[in-house]
Amino acid sequence: MGKKVSSLGKTYLTLGFIFLYLPILILIIFSFNESKLVTVWGGFSTKWYGELLNDKQMLGAAWMSFKIAFLAASSAVVLGTMASIVMVRMGKFKGKAAFASMITAPLVMPEVITGLSLLLLFVAMAQTIGWPAGRGMLTILIAHVTFCTAFVAVVVSSRLREMDVSLEEAARDLGAPPWKVFFLVTLPIIAPALVSGWLLAFTLSLDDLVIASFVSGPGSTTLPMVVYSSVRLGLSPKINALATIIVLLATTGVLTAWWLARRVETQSVNLPTGDS
Amino acid sequence: MTQDSQPMLEIRQVSKNFGGLTAVKEVNLSINKGEIFALLGGSGCGKTTLLRMLAGFEIPSAGAIFIDGEDISQIPPHKRPVNMMFQSYALFPHMSVAQNVAFGLKQEKNKLSKPEIAKKVLELLTLVRMQDFAQRKPDQLSGGQRQRVALARSLAKKPKVLLLDEPMGALDKKLRSQMQLEVVDIIESVGVTCVMVTHDQEEAMTMANRISVMHDGEIMQVGTPSEIYEFPNSRHTAEFIGSVNIFDATVTQLEADYTRLSCADLHVPIQVEAGVNAPLGSSLGIAVRPEKITMSQVKPELTDNWLTGMVEDIAYLGGHSVYYVKLASGKRVMTIGTNNDRHEQKVTWEDTVYLYWSITSAVVLYR
Repeated sequence: MGKKVSSLGKTYLTLGFIFLYLPILILIIFSFNESKLVTVWGGFSTKWYGELLNDKQMLGAAWMSFKIAFLAASSAVVLGTMASIVMVRMGKFKGKAAFASMITAPLVMPEVITGLSLLLLFVAMAQTIGWPAGRGMLTILIAHVTFCTAFVAVVVSSRLREMDVSLEEAARDLGAPPWKVFFLVTLPIIAPALVSGWLLAFTLSLDDLVIASFVSGPGSTTLPMVVYSSVRLGLSPKINALATIIVLLATTGVLTAWWLARRVETQSVNLPTGDS
Repeated sequence: MTQDSQPMLEIRQVSKNFGGLTAVKEVNLSINKGEIFALLGGSGCGKTTLLRMLAGFEIPSAGAIFIDGEDISQIPPHKRPVNMMFQSYALFPHMSVAQNVAFGLKQEKNKLSKPEIAKKVLELLTLVRMQDFAQRKPDQLSGGQRQRVALARSLAKKPKVLLLDEPMGALDKKLRSQMQLEVVDIIESVGVTCVMVTHDQEEAMTMANRISVMHDGEIMQVGTPSEIYEFPNSRHTAEFIGSVNIFDATVTQLEADYTRLSCADLHVPIQVEAGVNAPLGSSLGIAVRPEKITMSQVKPELTDNWLTGMVEDIAYLGGHSVYYVKLASGKRVMTIGTNNDRHEQKVTWEDTVYLYWSITSAVVLYR
């Protein structure tokens, strides 16, 4: 700590950051563009933000995407954690290896195939049992939970594997029944993994275009679908404005999380040493 | 011994198999109230499996475990009147020291009120001299402090039996000897019956009232530290506890009050006190501890129990030195000389020396 970074190191760092963030910076600058042409600078203006607020279709799609992402991430965390516990803690059972590899399979499955297979499933189910009746928000949600669960299971099971099993044994030994051990000891210790799993699932769901295109129906258009279709018709600077808002929200979220984590850390370090 | 007639902990014919492997084989033990009992053995000898069966993390494949007369073999760990201090201490990292100690108290059926729990936690922390650290998190404590907290936590529910899994395993050597005595003091002041597992014979001898030596899932010998050291009943126990010289000998003369044996390593017979429980001509092991052997540069005037050889190696350890003497037969015999003179090292490398011991020093090993 406190060691000076060499000038060469600084150059590398700058180059890396430019590579990562220049596109986003340009996007933000162009969201304040006066001109109707996305690539030509026509002076500063906030008019596209105004227009965005009046675009009911885009706002509706954004709201729909956020709702789906929130619900999908939350359900995926519950299902993924349950799957991880069976995989890591329940000992050996028949077909364990097969289950363990199958739970991660959706990670490497091309999205086109996942989307198509889910569409076929929904159609077949609608014909035989009449549920889900049509395709819409529910089918997108189910599809997103499917692949998000796989991601959450990977994150959570690696954390569970790292966790010292004797902590759970100690809790049992001290008189806690298994369900209490989970809520009082296991859950707080793997909580960071649940949070990162949730955030990962939320991002993946918000971002998904391919699978949603397969399983969506009329009246259930997600944000990526709207953005993608409007790009084909000619890009409107409104999308830059929308993207800027999303970047702003994400940055605020990350900074708040970092600030909270730091505050908890410093608090525990500065605890009174016991004369209290 | 003025113990209750009924043992606090009784292990009857307990076995444990993992797949085709037998980790613990037909173990019988009974441990008295207030006793500190050590299960001693190398890694893989089954001592940890046996301890985990007492805690309830493993279910015996056969046999039964009784605590205070009650069969607990099938009772799940959270309902047993037993608490364990784990080798890694297993302190909950997200809870403060006080919360860790209170954890067990909060799980009880007839839960104490909050102020009562706080009072009890303070009492326990005072017992282990950690009352000033109640609000700290485990990762802000040193190894010795963590151990004290773990001990307080496992004593909180007043268990009938306290289990210690390699209690000093995570400490460095200097702290270890200090904590051994301190932990014993605390356990004795509480008066709890204690079963500990260790691979360190010094630790077992310092801390325990009785030791059971385990090997390959079986109990080799049970006894007080001095019984185990002075009267080992097998080659394995003799070699595992301390250092020992073992001579292979054949019985040549059998009398009521002494026995003579011949051994290829000695020019004279070996004589041991009392008659042995073996016929003439049978081969036995004769164990002699290094510190029971006297070394001299003058030939002793003895008819039995002496041998001669050349000093091959000397390990100078400060207070005493260990001499390795090579016999004509090629066998190496170990002996200890106290360094009570600062200037003189009487015996040195390549010297011819005579080693002898008294008739009461040797132990007969039948297996």
